[in-house]
Amino acid sequence: MLAYLVKRVFQAIAVMLVISLVGFAIQDNLGDPLRELVGQSVSEEVRQQLRDELGLNDSFFRQYSRFLGNALQGDLGTSYFFKEPALDVILKKLPATLELVLGATLIIVGFSVPLGVYTAIKPNALLSRLIMGVSIVGISIPVFLTAILMIFVFSVELNLLPSYGRGDVVTVFGNWDTNFATLDGWAHILLPSLALASIMLPLFVRLIRAEMMEVLQSEYVKYAKAKGIRPYRIYFVHALKNTLLPVITVGGVQIGTMVAYTILTETVFQWPGMGFMFLEAVNRVDTPLIVAYLIVVGFIFVLTNTVVDLIYGLVNPTVNLARMGA
Amino acid sequence: MSLLSVRDLTVKFAMRDHTVTALDNISFDLAKGERLGIVGESGAGKSITGFSLMNLLSRPGFIDAGKILFRGEDIVKMPQSRMRGIRGNRMAMIFQDPMVTLNPVLTIGQQMVETLMAHRTLSKAEAEQIAIVKLREVYIPSPEERLAQYPHELSGGMRQRIIIAIALLLDPELIIADEPTTALDVTIQADIMELLLELCQSNKVGLILITHDLGVVSQMTERTLVMYAGKIIEAGRTREIINDPQHPYTQGLINALPQQTKPGMRLKQIPGNMPSLTAIPPGCPFSPRCEYVRDHCRTTRPETVQYAHVEVACHEVSRLHQENTEEQPA
Ligand SMILES: Nc1ncnc2c1ncn2[C@@H]1O[C@H](COP(=O)(O)OP(=O)(O)OP(=O)(O)O)[C@@H](O)[C@H]1O
Ligand code: SF4
Ligand SMILES: [Mg+2]
Repeated sequence: MLAYLVKRVFQAIAVMLVISLVGFAIQDNLGDPLRELVGQSVSEEVRQQLRDELGLNDSFFRQYSRFLGNALQGDLGTSYFFKEPALDVILKKLPATLELVLGATLIIVGFSVPLGVYTAIKPNALLSRLIMGVSIVGISIPVFLTAILMIFVFSVELNLLPSYGRGDVVTVFGNWDTNFATLDGWAHILLPSLALASIMLPLFVRLIRAEMMEVLQSEYVKYAKAKGIRPYRIYFVHALKNTLLPVITVGGVQIGTMVAYTILTETVFQWPGMGFMFLEAVNRVDTPLIVAYLIVVGFIFVLTNTVVDLIYGLVNPTVNLARMGA
Repeated sequence: MSLLSVRDLTVKFAMRDHTVTALDNISFDLAKGERLGIVGESGAGKSITGFSLMNLLSRPGFIDAGKILFRGEDIVKMPQSRMRGIRGNRMAMIFQDPMVTLNPVLTIGQQMVETLMAHRTLSKAEAEQIAIVKLREVYIPSPEERLAQYPHELSGGMRQRIIIAIALLLDPELIIADEPTTALDVTIQADIMELLLELCQSNKVGLILITHDLGVVSQMTERTLVMYAGKIIEAGRTREIINDPQHPYTQGLINALPQQTKPGMRLKQIPGNMPSLTAIPPGCPFSPRCEYVRDHCRTTRPETVQYAHVEVACHEVSRLHQENTEEQPA
């Protein structure tokens, strides 16, 4: 178990190194820090001197190690626009984005499992055909369209739900702003979460359905029937557990990806999270903030994958973590 | 009254726009505690017969006609819930490949306990006690510890023993074993068969043993059905069928046995292959491969007749019998 953990952590570190390299390359090539610092009216000699002082003429390796050393200490540079450490700017926006992802995840898990299982058990039922039909349409509609459509229906026409912002947030655990403490908060997060979930939900319904149908054809399910086990136990104990095992792995990766998908959703709903901030940073060519965003999102992605892999190892009895470490 | 009585059972598969017949009007009986072998080449319909008896045919297969009377009650017409109460309880099944039969994510204990609890009202602790007793009966060492183990922690032979123990959990009247040792290492096949025979005899359980191995059938069973292309072509006491087979197909099977071949002689395989369900010839299904074939064999289906202790479906059985006796030196 420990060996597997160590191995997995080393893999995660390797991926983070690659991400940091990409981040560094962007910082090195996008925008000129001098222009941001001193403007255009400064002579070439002064510029060169400044470059030397800032270490911009050092070798690639020295610059990269300095970047990495700083990053490890939580210093991802200073945002040109906010004049604040980039990491601080991002961490302030992080709760909004993570709550959005959490909301979407809850919707996905809450709906995809029952819908996937139902359509697998009753593939020919009218309702199943309807669900599958809608899911195909769902996959092919881009998020921003879903989002705008939902705003039009629920905010403009029905006037039921707010269409932008986070609404009433409550600060918990020191500096975490949460939407889940007030009714207004819930009302504000509903539409953005639904919009974000709309891409993944059909995918998950189809994935769970396909896995479940395959599992239902397996010998051990036939055997359970031959033992006289009740149908609900066959579906929810024998089949579901085997269905969800592979889904967990895919699911973890997708939830990591969802953090990146928030850019669109946050923009449409004016959601004050990292994604919205990232788009603004790109418009302002705020290079340190762009790089910091990439590294933070990369980190979340690597973290979720690692955790999901470990959970998978723990819940699947046929995976021997001790052996996998070797 | 016999324990099991199958009458004119016909099973079909629904294809896109037509149906094919997988079992064609088969009838047989099984007395209480009797052991019956079903033999035939691959595709003869042996497994389909086994699953039909449990009413567990999976789509597109379905029972088209006939009766399966188990303890006098027709399984074909029985409501699902009642049939579920019989499966695993009065009638148990042993599958072919123990590596894929047990659920990989449930422990041995869970899979044994759930079977007992599906049919009896008892506590988990009581169920585990019964499970341990049954594991001991199939010679599983330290059965208490096995309950907490997952299938993948055990060898194939061990798993098949556990599956036999599960079959015996509720003291059934009938066990259907579909090639229970084909997937196992040759060195332990005989052990498993011996164990199965011993347990069926000591518990007076009826056994339907599906296999393509006539040698196994002769050791394990009292009566035998020989199947060909979804039909029973010969049926009778195992001893008679092995020693004095009447149907040319059965004779071919027996001549192909290694024991029948003298050293240096080549194994005599029956030429050709069994027809697929979509291309079963009219008349006698064996006619394209039969060395005794006559014209009427190709057009008229042979009736099942009683001949020399066995039931056999062949037009030429009496002629054959004469020729065979004449061949023998006096
Ligand atoms: N789902 C299905 N759809 C169509 N035909 C099928 C289906 N399942 C089985 N069959 C056909 O039914 C026939 C009988 O199959 P069955 O499995 O009973 O053979 P068997 O005698 O058990 O052979 P084996 O020794 O290979 O196990 C075969 O010809 C097979 O191709
Ligand atoms: S009926 Fe004719 S073809 Fe069929 S087995 Fe008998 S002799 Fe051969
Ligand atoms: Mg078979």
